[in-house]
Amino acid sequence: MAPRSRMILGRMAQAIPVVMGVVVISFLLTRALPGDPAAYFAGPAADEASIAQIREELGLDKPLFQQFIYYVSDLSRGDLGTSLTTGQSVLSDLAARLPASLELTLAALLLSCAIAIPLGVLAATRPGTWVDHLCRVLVTAGVSMPTFFTGILLIYVFYYLAGVAPSPLGRLDFIYLSPPHVTGFYLIDAALAGDWETWGGALKQLVLPATTLALFTLAPIARMTRAAMLSALSSDFIRTARAAGLTNRKVLYGYAFRNALLPVVTTLGMVFSFTLGANVLVERVFAWPGIGSYAVEALVVSDYAAVQGFVLAMALLFVALNLVIDIAYALIDPRIGLK
Amino acid sequence: MTETSRRSFLKLTGGTMGAAMLPFLKSMPAHAATGGTIVVVSGQTINSLDLHRTGTNRASYQVAVNCYDRLVSFGTKEAPGGGFSYDYSVIEPELAESWTISEDGLTMTFKIKPDATFWDGRKVTAADVKWSYDRAVSAGGFPTVQMKAGGLERPDQFEAVDDETFVIKLDKPSKLTLPDLAVPVPFIINAEVAKANATADDPWAMEYLHTTPAGSGAFKITRWEQGQQLVYERNDAWVGGPLPSFERVIVREVPSPATRRALIERGDVQMSFNIPNKDAAELDAMDGVDVYSTPIENCIHCLCPNFSFEPFQDANVRKALAYAIPYEDIFQTAAYGRGAPMWGGEAEITDIAWPRKSPYMTDMAKAKEHMAASGFASGFEVPISISLGLADWMEPTALLLQEAFAELGIKTEIEKIPGANWRTAALVEKRLPLHLENFGGWLNTPDYYFFWAYKNGHLFNSSNYLNEEIEQLVDSTLHIPMDDPAYEPNIKRMFEIAFEDLPRIPLWQPALNVAMNGASGYEFWFHRQLDVRPLTTATT
Repeated sequence: MAPRSRMILGRMAQAIPVVMGVVVISFLLTRALPGDPAAYFAGPAADEASIAQIREELGLDKPLFQQFIYYVSDLSRGDLGTSLTTGQSVLSDLAARLPASLELTLAALLLSCAIAIPLGVLAATRPGTWVDHLCRVLVTAGVSMPTFFTGILLIYVFYYLAGVAPSPLGRLDFIYLSPPHVTGFYLIDAALAGDWETWGGALKQLVLPATTLALFTLAPIARMTRAAMLSALSSDFIRTARAAGLTNRKVLYGYAFRNALLPVVTTLGMVFSFTLGANVLVERVFAWPGIGSYAVEALVVSDYAAVQGFVLAMALLFVALNLVIDIAYALIDPRIGLK
Repeated sequence: MTETSRRSFLKLTGGTMGAAMLPFLKSMPAHAATGGTIVVVSGQTINSLDLHRTGTNRASYQVAVNCYDRLVSFGTKEAPGGGFSYDYSVIEPELAESWTISEDGLTMTFKIKPDATFWDGRKVTAADVKWSYDRAVSAGGFPTVQMKAGGLERPDQFEAVDDETFVIKLDKPSKLTLPDLAVPVPFIINAEVAKANATADDPWAMEYLHTTPAGSGAFKITRWEQGQQLVYERNDAWVGGPLPSFERVIVREVPSPATRRALIERGDVQMSFNIPNKDAAELDAMDGVDVYSTPIENCIHCLCPNFSFEPFQDANVRKALAYAIPYEDIFQTAAYGRGAPMWGGEAEITDIAWPRKSPYMTDMAKAKEHMAASGFASGFEVPISISLGLADWMEPTALLLQEAFAELGIKTEIEKIPGANWRTAALVEKRLPLHLENFGGWLNTPDYYFFWAYKNGHLFNSSNYLNEEIEQLVDSTLHIPMDDPAYEPNIKRMFEIAFEDLPRIPLWQPALNVAMNGASGYEFWFHRQLDVRPLTTATT
């Protein structure tokens, strides 16, 4: 275990300058945004004096450098500031919204992988057959429809027309109360509390938005699986394995698939990160209280603290994600060392 | 909290929900008959439960309306466009039992209802009223500005004489003071609870009341999940008015208009607040859904030519614009016909109704005549500025204007300004040569509108308009009573000047659209936020 934990520590150390850079850049970028938050939040009927008063309250009358010092010292105490749009501290906003987005994105990716990887493998082992064509049609359709369109279409068919889906009202219908907060993932929290009714309610709400996102993420995963499998299947070691008379199953899953997994995991990491940021449209359509819509709303009104908090949280998440992917590499491919 | 009590919050109230998986809404009619729950969806987000706090947005004003009382409120009348509306001309008691105004109009004495209590059971006293008013005039920002409109500027104007007697002293009499006490801002807070949670840095308990209202109003907040929902529960001890019909009101935030529409059409929610004009027009044609489109009082969508831009200093150019505007097309395209037309009125001003139709209509021949008579007969170039935050009506309007003005030789380009910058550019710096604007006044008198939108230097006078006569007329009219002999002639003269000088060219009066399915009793308010108190189940 020693080399592995040393690697993890090393990777985390490498992340420190990245995070510092993110802090500086997010601070400068938000300040470069056009717009005056003080004027905006003073309300339409405010006069000069009340705008100036608000500017002073927000500390925006100070020079930029001093604002930055305040920001960093608050940050070092774990204080991300208060969002003006939501009226809550940014930390509590992120704590409430990040799990919502993560739950949705992870559920969508699980669903997507469960469909895309077998589909990709099947398509690769039977190139040119109907399975291959089905795979191609499905992924093309999935990726070419914008997510908000797929979302509204699914709502229209399964909620409005068929009435089988629950009201698209966010993470839980109003008859349920959110489970006691442990992880912020409703499915996990409800299960921990043994509240299976709420768990079912949360799952029902999750199905349509997760399907919407899954359809969108099918394409890169399925195509990458297919391509990786094809190249693995045509390599020398597979020919050797077949010549050695190994069973088709062993060849396919023991050798080809394991080798094909590496690019698939890389793709997964990329898909995960862009989905987390890009599911703002799905969040809006399904009234999902996630991080994407939070960031967009904050950006529109130049809500500095919220934007900075969001960028920082995403940066930390990406650092963690990259670490997980690197570890996954090492597990899949012994040649990529724990050095 | 135990499992049972959590669940009982919503489920056990209407009797046992035998099969737990039974969809709640299927049993809604049974609930509704005994009080029950109404679910409202809205696209706006609530960011504070305290209106006085810096940064509290408009959607949050509904908490001040539903959870707190004021001394007085407005009456109710039938509204054009269906349903009810508040009635500016009638002031009704809310927490005050009665009031008297001294002969000179400088002292107002309120008697507080003796049976009025806060949610914690404590009696509402004049000291609470004083503390709340002191807070409103000291908080800064919007609340303080709004209080000032009614002549309420300093804590020393308010006095708690005894537990049930509250006195306001004014520097000068004004017809705006009493109505200004009925707007959402001067709401009465439980001062004891607030003071117990105040700190040296935060003497007005802004942090506490931000998340925990403490009032005497018709509804309490049982749950607030920012960005998701707000749950109101009825206060059965409310004395401010007739007890509301619903025991519980759930306000869910659903950002996507398409989703909100599906929900209201299916009847899974009973009310969709502030829906787009397009949905209002389409839902109106549908059975089962009631749509109320109430023209917003004292609010007009205008085209504003800025006097600091040279061509618009020429009266003929402004008139050419007014005659070139394709009013009907704009009204149908941008507003889907919801609201009230503001063009093609009588040339002579015989009454003081406001908003009123301007004497202009689409007449290209006349527009060209005026253009030819102006100093800019060969045309000029100017951007039409719109706010991206209000793009739903501004963008189609600007496109139609662009097309029409091209016929006059006025070349325009549409400049889209992000919502966050709009206010600074249009209202504070007043630097947009030609732009769209939509001021609406809370206090419903024409002189109040003119005060904000036609007086030089005032916020909504984004045209940099200056007319000495208007300045003097507004100053002398703003505070005099509406039955003063000078009032009507003054107002008429203001209208004449406004339509002659055209610093704001009226396009149409917008509407606030609300759809209901299975509920009724909707009442429009000037603050354009949801008042859940008068809602009832549909009487079918």
